[in-house]
Amino acid sequence: MKEEIKEYEEKLNAYLIKELLENAPQSKLKKAAKKTVEEYESAKVDPGEAVGLICAESIGEQGTQMTLDTFHFAGVAEMNVTMGLPRLIEILDGRKEITTPMMEIFLKHPYSTGKNVKELAMELKQTTIGDIAKEYSLNIADMKIQIILNEQKMKNLKITISQVGKAAEKLTKAKITTENNMIEAKLKDNQDLSALYALKENIHDVPVKGIKGIRQVLTVERNGEFLIITAGSNLKKVLELEFVDTERTTTNDIYEISKTFGIEAARQAIINEVMRVVEAQGLNIDIRHILLVADTMTVSGEVKGITRYGVVSEKSSVLARASFETPLKHLINATLVGEIDSLNSVVENVMLNQLIPVGTGLPKLKVKND
Amino acid sequence: MVDVYLNGLYFGEVQNGEAFAKQVREERRKGVLSQNVNVYYNHEMNQVLIESDKGRVRRPLIIVRDGMALLTDKHIKQLQKNEITWTDMIKQGVIELLDAAEEENMLVAFDEKELTPEHTHLEITPLTMLGLVTALVPYGNYTQGARLSIGAKNQKQSIGFYAANFPVRMDMDVNLLHYPQSPIVRTIAHDLSEFDKHPAGQNVIVAIMSYKGYNIEDAIILNKGSLDRGLGRSTYFRPVIVEELRYSGGLMDKVSIPDKEVKGYKSEKDYRLLENDGVVFVEAKVKEEDVVIGKVSPPRFLSSLEEYSLASNIKRESSVSLKHGEEGIIDFVLISENEEGNKTVQVRIRDQRIPEIGDKFVSRHGQKGVVGLIVPEQDMPFTASGIIPDIIFSPHSIPSRMTVSHLLESIGAKVGAISGRYVDATIFDCEPEEKIRKELLELGFAENGTETMYDGLTGRRMQARIFVGNMYYLKLKHMVANKIHSRARGPIQLLTRQPTEGRAKEGGLRLGEMEKDTFVAHGSALLLKERFDSDKTVVPVCEECGVIAIYDAFKEKSTCPTCGETAEINDVEMSYAFKLILDEFKSLGVYPRLKLVNKY
Repeated sequence: MKEEIKEYEEKLNAYLIKELLENAPQSKLKKAAKKTVEEYESAKVDPGEAVGLICAESIGEQGTQMTLDTFHFAGVAEMNVTMGLPRLIEILDGRKEITTPMMEIFLKHPYSTGKNVKELAMELKQTTIGDIAKEYSLNIADMKIQIILNEQKMKNLKITISQVGKAAEKLTKAKITTENNMIEAKLKDNQDLSALYALKENIHDVPVKGIKGIRQVLTVERNGEFLIITAGSNLKKVLELEFVDTERTTTNDIYEISKTFGIEAARQAIINEVMRVVEAQGLNIDIRHILLVADTMTVSGEVKGITRYGVVSEKSSVLARASFETPLKHLINATLVGEIDSLNSVVENVMLNQLIPVGTGLPKLKVKND
Repeated sequence: MVDVYLNGLYFGEVQNGEAFAKQVREERRKGVLSQNVNVYYNHEMNQVLIESDKGRVRRPLIIVRDGMALLTDKHIKQLQKNEITWTDMIKQGVIELLDAAEEENMLVAFDEKELTPEHTHLEITPLTMLGLVTALVPYGNYTQGARLSIGAKNQKQSIGFYAANFPVRMDMDVNLLHYPQSPIVRTIAHDLSEFDKHPAGQNVIVAIMSYKGYNIEDAIILNKGSLDRGLGRSTYFRPVIVEELRYSGGLMDKVSIPDKEVKGYKSEKDYRLLENDGVVFVEAKVKEEDVVIGKVSPPRFLSSLEEYSLASNIKRESSVSLKHGEEGIIDFVLISENEEGNKTVQVRIRDQRIPEIGDKFVSRHGQKGVVGLIVPEQDMPFTASGIIPDIIFSPHSIPSRMTVSHLLESIGAKVGAISGRYVDATIFDCEPEEKIRKELLELGFAENGTETMYDGLTGRRMQARIFVGNMYYLKLKHMVANKIHSRARGPIQLLTRQPTEGRAKEGGLRLGEMEKDTFVAHGSALLLKERFDSDKTVVPVCEECGVIAIYDAFKEKSTCPTCGETAEINDVEMSYAFKLILDEFKSLGVYPRLKLVNKY
């Protein structure tokens, strides 16, 4: 630490000090530090500022713009991804099942050059017997199903008949025999016809190859390197693959990120996903509002949506909860346990027409009587 | 096989749908089938729909055979001589009426030049594509389609001469234009609908320019001199109707000046305009709160024994008085009896409305505007020939709306006004623009309709030449006098003690949840509290049990009914709505307890 800016050590954070040392000219270091402190202090949020409400207004107002202009990308060779307001609502609600899960899989060096990317991508895609079947035939007399497979497709996907047999054996209760390009499943015991039909449906969905949940793959060249974009997401399984760059590979499923990487990653994912929607719509929302939302959604250690089941249910005030959706539920429960509302927040004080603890209502000063 | 449906119900099958439909049409034209039958062969659905129900919108078309219209010059001559009628032509199979479905099977030619052997029908005139009111828009083919609909919609709201017998009518809420005029630029729909018998507008001179910024955003400037001469003046009529109702026990209402003993007696001043029969005199000037018809009714609840025995003649005041903000002159009084044999009194109030800032005007092209400023005649700009416009219209209203017809009407009416003739502007069949321009030039004006103008205030010549012309302007029934509203103090609701809602009840303007949020976002806590003070109450609260206590006015002391005299009681300020919700909790068996703490 330089002597000149020692006194500012406590006033500025480490990042700013590092920047100062790197960028400010030696002679004017002290002056620069003083100016930085000034700027830093003025950028701070004042005590009692209604940050949550301003955040809600800042996102909400822009959200109204979004409903009006939704963009459709017709004929572009990209995958159809939920964007715009529906996506924003999905993120902020903290949905566990999102409408269009998607992954961006980055590749380690030799693979990212583009050689064999298509094959790597095909390896990811989940293939079921139904995908490679050419013809089904049900033999009711012998209670068995014969499936003729498409050899060309199998060749493209590098699947052998024995692989198919093994997969089917594992996941169905039937006796499997394979022959050339035909696979035969015979029911073990004497079961009725409906069991045979059930078996047919069952065998149709047997995964032969690829990763569960990856429905579609697409290879894209971006900034001189190749990556794989998938429809459907399975972060845990994808990261186990040896050609995948585990540091940059990501998904748009926030819940999955929180399960795999933990809550801090989920927080960052919320920020990234919201920013992506915001930027795609050409809106101008300050990132600090989104940081606040992401923090609120993740403080408890798990992802909670801005809904009556999520963060709103965490509010301490009965009246505040009752004033947002389902008032009866909250009032009845409060009655049963004898809840106490200490009137610490905004909404309940507005209801009582008391001073709200925000802005000018925050300081508790009393004039001395003498 | 093709399914046949009659009025939406399955009827049977035919071999060839198209041939069948054709056969039905032939029979109809021959007069074997009713003229009201329409048939439609739907190729995609492979079905034939026959309709004979009432309520379908149908339009007339000339039948075409082999590229030749069946309507010939012979028919027209016969029509002119009144030898045949419209129905005769339908019977002859020259004209037929198609509904929306049958039209799908047909190919209709726009005019005779277009006819080919494929065509099945010919438009009588393109005007028949439009409704009655839309057909009144001049130069309709020079305007964006949406504006045509808006123009039609606006004309329906215009004030005009709605009925010749208006002096003896008791219409609810009507307006009457004082000096209605016949439009100079007109369509044949004006003649067909006998528009001159019920005109709804006035011919004015319109300059398209700005005036000190008072006509931005669709506002218009009015000439005070024109208003003084009666432009846009109208009368608003509102009737007050009262009936002497009969109640059980032989009791009934009585129209009279209420006695002072009557429950709810207003003040003597309020009844001053009533004559001995309890009804105002004609031509009386009435203002808000003034009683128009005095009436007394029997008490509401006879079961109340006390009231019944002690003073059986105690009556209730139920007079009709003018609402808040209303004024006018009593125009007409009618006393009669209704179907039930009850006496009814009807009083019509009239109020003259001179255009004022905020009144709405519109041209026939959906170019509506609100009066933004009324300018003294001497301050208005004037042309080289001394013409002063009645209305100044903003040029910004033109490009985005693309109402070229508005401009065409302006020069069209200019020509018509100067040369003393009507100008035909029927849609797709109007006098051509070139002809109007040429005529304007011949009359000694610039052919594009612009004129040199001078500023009324400075007398300086304006740099730009201004587009001036005549137009038919309509006054719309939306007048500020019926809408203006403000409140500082006023009535409150009984239940919540919050201000009432709506203009009629002199209500407040709600500061809603999102508006509240803006106060919070600004951190203006004390201002927010003050804004929500409308239902502020101070209630005594018992410190011991936490329930609202009772204030004893005699002892000037609050006591708690459950905890007795000794309990400590403090006054708490809260919104009445919150006090109400506490009471509602109590009624549900919930015990909402207030714990008092000193806030400071």
